[in-house]
Amino acid sequence: MQTLLWLVPLPPLIAFALISLFARGKRGLSHWVALVSAGLSFLGSMTLFAWAVGRQDLLENPLAASTNWLPTGGSWLRVGVLLDPLAALTLFFVAWTVLMIFIYSVGYHNYGQPVGAHDLPGLPPHGAELKGAHGKVPSVEPLYARFFAFISLFAFAMFALVVSDNLLVLYVAWEIMGLCSYLLIGFWYARPSARDAAVKAFLTTRVGDMFMLLGMAALYSLTGTLNFREILSNPVVLDTLATTLSPVFGLSWAALIGLLIFAGTIGKSAQFPLHTWLPDAMEGPTPVSAMIHAATMVSAGVFLAARFFPLISAGWEAGQPLTTPMLVMAVVGSFTALFAALIALGQRDIKRVLAYSTISQLGYMVAALGIGAYGAAVFHLFTHAFFKALLFLGSGSVIHGMEHGQLATGDAADPQDMFSMGGLRKKMPVTFLTFLAGALALSGFPLLTAGFWSKDEILSSAFHGNHLIIFIVLALSALVTAFYSMRQVTLTFLGSPRTPSAEHTHESKVVMTVPLVVLAVFAIAAGWFGVPGSFLGLGAFLPNFIGNFLGGTHEAEAGAFNATPLLVSVGVSLTGLFLGWLVHRKQSSPSIDPLKRGLGFVYTALERKFWVDEAYDLVFIRPAKFLAETVTSVWIDRGLLDGILHGIGNFGNWFGRTLRRVIDIPVANGVPDGAAAGARWSGLKLRLTQSGHVQQYLVTSLMLVVLAGLVLLLVLNG
Amino acid sequence: MSAAQVLFILVSTVTLFSAVMVVSVRRMMHAALWLIVSLLGVAVLFVLLQAGFFAMVQVLIYIGAISILIIFAVMLTRQVMSEKIPQLNRGWVAGLVAAGGLMIILAFVFRDFPGSLATTMGDPSAGDVVTLGKALADPNGFAIPFELASILLVAALIGTIYIAMERKGGEQ
Amino acid sequence: MIPLSWYLLVAAALFCIGLFGVLARKNTIAILMGLELMLNAVNINLLAFWSYLHHAQMNGLVFAAIVFAAAAAETAVGLGLIISAYRRRGSVTANDLDTMKG
Repeated sequence: MQTLLWLVPLPPLIAFALISLFARGKRGLSHWVALVSAGLSFLGSMTLFAWAVGRQDLLENPLAASTNWLPTGGSWLRVGVLLDPLAALTLFFVAWTVLMIFIYSVGYHNYGQPVGAHDLPGLPPHGAELKGAHGKVPSVEPLYARFFAFISLFAFAMFALVVSDNLLVLYVAWEIMGLCSYLLIGFWYARPSARDAAVKAFLTTRVGDMFMLLGMAALYSLTGTLNFREILSNPVVLDTLATTLSPVFGLSWAALIGLLIFAGTIGKSAQFPLHTWLPDAMEGPTPVSAMIHAATMVSAGVFLAARFFPLISAGWEAGQPLTTPMLVMAVVGSFTALFAALIALGQRDIKRVLAYSTISQLGYMVAALGIGAYGAAVFHLFTHAFFKALLFLGSGSVIHGMEHGQLATGDAADPQDMFSMGGLRKKMPVTFLTFLAGALALSGFPLLTAGFWSKDEILSSAFHGNHLIIFIVLALSALVTAFYSMRQVTLTFLGSPRTPSAEHTHESKVVMTVPLVVLAVFAIAAGWFGVPGSFLGLGAFLPNFIGNFLGGTHEAEAGAFNATPLLVSVGVSLTGLFLGWLVHRKQSSPSIDPLKRGLGFVYTALERKFWVDEAYDLVFIRPAKFLAETVTSVWIDRGLLDGILHGIGNFGNWFGRTLRRVIDIPVANGVPDGAAAGARWSGLKLRLTQSGHVQQYLVTSLMLVVLAGLVLLLVLNG
Repeated sequence: MSAAQVLFILVSTVTLFSAVMVVSVRRMMHAALWLIVSLLGVAVLFVLLQAGFFAMVQVLIYIGAISILIIFAVMLTRQVMSEKIPQLNRGWVAGLVAAGGLMIILAFVFRDFPGSLATTMGDPSAGDVVTLGKALADPNGFAIPFELASILLVAALIGTIYIAMERKGGEQ
Repeated sequence: MIPLSWYLLVAAALFCIGLFGVLARKNTIAILMGLELMLNAVNINLLAFWSYLHHAQMNGLVFAAIVFAAAAAETAVGLGLIISAYRRRGSVTANDLDTMKG
């Protein structure tokens, strides 16, 4: 079993290597390698899950193994695996969603379709001419194998993150997922908007990751280990951390580290204020949006927070005031939930609505953790993965149909704009039914859908914990959620087609619809495994499987059943659904949104996402650009540094010239020249003695003799 | 003052006067003739020095051959240079000073030379011609210088002939 | 009775006169004549020393004899050279023979 746990993340990694090295350009081979690897990991995960549910005391004795990895002076950093109830549940939904999305991707990227004559790598494919057919047909993605390589790498990272037993391995996997997110958002790299979105995603999550790293460092330096069990299952460690004060704001170390770790969650799970990257990440292909930005990567943020729940809630008991990180989480989560839900109202693009919906639902989970409802949060994470993936894949199916219609008719409408759609329930029935199931789950339609059970549990925990403000905010968000979900369904599927593209859509291929159906089953059925024991009469029939599995040691027992939260949740969901249908059911124009007239200025604020991006641009981006382009590049680099260098260069030049002028030419040239000139001058002068007249020579020599004689005479005699 | 001294002074005066004439007259023929007079005076001095043989040699060789040679040369080159122009060249003052200086130096040297006060000559019987002849032919004597002098004469003659010969056959 | 120094002085005077002639005369033949005077002065000198100081040895005489021979030979050669130079250059002025001019 332990070996299997080690092996689960490996097949996708091997698939990534194989595809990158051997299957580049080969479409069939690459997707088979990817699918087989996803399948192997799936089987491993299911085996482990089955084993895990069969054990009674998984929480106290989880499956664990670790080995030395990096030596650090006296101790080792270790890598290891851990399978406790949280990991087992996460492994279950990750394996299912990954496999379904891999299968779906084969159809989404038009495998089997002809190659487009004008398709360029780096741009989405836009159709191929086919003799005999009118208009164009969809063409296969030029960078098909690359896509499967990247999603395999991503799958490896997600599995590794789920089974890891220490924070270091988790962080490594976390960063690999960030890299894959960047690569996949910018998959169609020839588009400037995609490139910018990829960079934005990476940088924004980096901000969160930076704080998370600080938390990791603090934790390691205080406890000497990063292993989850050694820190989080150890009451002594938790107590010490909770009672020792850190130098920051009078927080305890547990609170500070909890806040820093939560900062990582804010980045990765797109909570306010680091949420801006997620809507722009919709530039990537839809399977990417489904997998990374709905089911798995953003869930990793919540997963991390859930893992660290013992630290975050250290020192807290049910009924007592929340610890600082819990309070921050509750506030941030509930605010984000409402904030994002409102923005979703003003969006026209089908994927953007779902993106904001994801942010909102993640806010729910974060808020749930914040108020101490650990089981409810994890349950919602579990169900959300299924129905959000379903919704994204369904939207991908719709977009595919719209694109096909567009290629066939040559219509200029945006295939992703909901207002260009309409009446698709007749053209794409399977998509319609599965999408509806997902939308109802998202809205929390009572009893039938998984979303109801998980959302209701959060609301009731909020109510029972006396966090009334949070309860009201979350309830309002639920109302808005139901509204925009029904809005989306109505505009897309109900009514009649508003553009020629919508007229000519047809159902997607089986390879795309089967994953939709499978996920729809889970979207409905998954909720029935988490019915709380005290729920009406059903609690007696269906044990609270998930609650029991998770152990429930971290949360308060629900106590007596109270009808208020249930009524509120049911009421809110049905009202929202009804209103959404009511406002948009007679939508006939492809351009005018009735909400605009109704909400006026508020609509503009919603459409403009409350101007958060613009604010960031003003406060962060522009100063950074100024700093980079003007201060450092022009002033410091060119002005100061180049100035110094030019000055040195000029000085060297001047020095050389001066040396030449002062020393070289006068002295080094002058002396030899002078010697030569002197020799010549003296030669010219002495030449006169060579007159050729012998008598003159004689006279000269005789004179010298006489002189010498005189001298001798005087010397000898005197 | 004895007769020898008077004679000596007379002869010396003649010799020196004619020597001065040799170096100062303009006409070359006159200079040659004055040279002959001077050489005669030297011959007389040789006699006074008890070297009668050399007086004869002097007359024969110097006056009889060399002076004739000089007169020949003067006659051969007579047209060339006008005899009306000054015969002393531009640096004659320097020459005069040099010669005068040398004279003065020599005078001082002779004054200090101890042997210069000797007044007696040697025995006239020794140093006669026969002894000279024997010495010249004696291998242990001066035969080699004698032979070398002969060679010198031969070489000089041949050389002169060669130099002075005209290229087209010339005179002998 | 006649001191040696008188002969030496005469010889020296003759020598210097001849030297003056060599240095100061334009005509080459006149220079040769001055040269003759110098050689004669040398001979007087030699014989005077021989006569007063070394009468018994033949050295002085032999030397004087060699000087005679050398003087004769030298005069002959010199005159030959003058004739030759006269033929080539057309002049007997010493200053005209200045091919050594540098």
